[in-house]
Order: sequence, then C-alpha cells, then structure tokens
Amino acid sequence: MRWIWIDKFIEFESGRRARAVKNLSLAEEHLHDHFPGAPMMPNSLITEGLAQTGGLLVGEYHAFEKKVILAKIPKAVFHFQAVPGDTLVYTAELLDISDDGGMVSGTSHVGDRLQAEMELVFAHLSDVGRARTLFEPKNFVFTLKLLGVFDVGSGRDGEPIPEPPGLARMRANWTPTDVPHS
Amino acid sequence: MPTNEELFNKIRSALVDALGVDEEEVTPEATLVGDLGAESIDFLDIVFRLEKAFDIKIPRGELFPEDILTSAQYVQQGKLTPEGLAELKKRMPFANLDAFSKNPVVKDFGNMLTVQDMVRFVESKVAMNA
Repeated sequence: MRWIWIDKFIEFESGRRARAVKNLSLAEEHLHDHFPGAPMMPNSLITEGLAQTGGLLVGEYHAFEKKVILAKIPKAVFHFQAVPGDTLVYTAELLDISDDGGMVSGTSHVGDRLQAEMELVFAHLSDVGRARTLFEPKNFVFTLKLLGVFDVGSGRDGEPIPEPPGLARMRANWTPTDVPHS
Repeated sequence: MPTNEELFNKIRSALVDALGVDEEEVTPEATLVGDLGAESIDFLDIVFRLEKAFDIKIPRGELFPEDILTSAQYVQQGKLTPEGLAELKKRMPFANLDAFSKNPVVKDFGNMLTVQDMVRFVESKVAMNA
C-alpha cells in the first residue's frame, strides 16, 4: 500500500490554497475492517488526506527545501461519515507561513455538504541530528507530479508552476528499470 | 490602539483555541507552560494566531529567545550567566524576570512566561505597527 490519501489535485495555487479529490471505493482493503459489514472512511485517514493536501501546499512554498511535518491539529470536527461511493473534496487554505512552519485551515466536502473541518499546524524540522536523515523533502516532488499539481497549479505570480529543478535532476539519475512502461 | 481589555480578550481567545483551555483558566497571572499546559509546538500555533488576530509579524526568537537559552556563551552549568540574564532582559522587556533572575536555571525558564507577559509583548508589537 502507498501512503497517499488523495487521488489528484484539482487546484493548486501556490502559497494560497489547494483542492484535492479522494474517491472512496469498496476496493480499498481497509474499509472492510472499518467496519465489517458497515464500511466507512476512518476520520483519521480523512485527516491524513487533508494533511497531505495542506502539507504539500506548505512544502511547495519553500520549494521543498524544508522538512515539513504535521505538528498539531488544534481543531477537527466531523459532521458525518463518508462511505464508499463518496467523492471527498479536500480544500486547504494557507493562513500563515513563516520560517518555522505554516498554519492551514482545511475542509472536506461531499458534494455541497461539509463533511469535516479542521485546523492544521505544520512545523519545519531543523536540519540537525536525526532530522537530517529522516526524509528528503524533494521526494515529494514525485508525488506532486503523480497527483497532477503541475497540470492544474499556478505559482504566486499566476504563471503555471514549473517542475522544480530537483525533479529534472532526479529524472536524469533514473535507471532504465525505474522508467514506467508506457 | 486597542484597549487593554480588547487586547486581553483577543489573546485569551487565541490561547483558548490553541491550548484547549477554558476562558476562566486564562488569567493574567497564569503561566503558559505550568498552568495552561503549553508545549513547545503550541508556541508556533499561538504565534500564528496572534499574528492573524493583530495583523503583526512575530519573528522567530522574539517571544521566546531560545538562542540565548541555548548559547554556550550565556549558559553555564544549566544556568544563565549575569551577561546572559542582561541580554535576556534586553530582548524581553515585556516579561517580568524578577523571580527567574533569583535562580536562572534554564530549564525553569519556560514556566515563567505568564499571560500578562504575553499581553505586554503584543502591546509593544501593536504599538510598533501603529
């Protein structure tokens, strides 16, 4: 299983807001355990999806030069359970961002209905000690590509978001076995 | 300039939202860490809320000068040196450091910042913006 809890971005405005879609399907294994005979999307995974939507917004702001982690969820309210067949639309708005981190407000909708709303605080890890080798933020650039950010995104200047130089560098280092079959 | 009461009410509301405490708990004398249970990450949350509520910018280290508290120059055997204390007072004119000065053990520092200190801090930031 890949730890990607959104299917694609439908909007990505650098430094301001992002919208992503998560389709819920009975093919998802976890829905059969949560709960047997009564499948519903765990609210924790909806939180994760919103955190990924908002976290990528925060990371992109500094061109993925900083290690972004979800530090705190000051508020989360769920209004009803999302079930297979629902399409969740996650909206993350960047309320504030600094060298230390970012504050995001997020909502989840099914159609016009507000399914969940939350506040998320992201922190930038300092690049010392264990954090130095914890993960490489530039790897998220691949995820962005997969999720269509470069197809729908716009930068702070209103122009399309260019693929960061890191992606081209990584692509140059790909070996033939890494290249997906076309 | 907002009145002291307006200032206090907005700060109280930021602390209630950030720390999940009741309004009654947020008294001027309450310490942020000891009484209200703030942890280090909460300060980032609080700073974001204050910036939004008052339309101010709070650069890193201004509310909580961790650079002084972790400096080898100013900290010896877990205590701030007199020079370190002087530097801290210069950087935190809004805080009442009297009690801390008597025994400036760095690990106790987090527990001395009160809501009233925060009100004075925001007051000075808002005044600078006016």
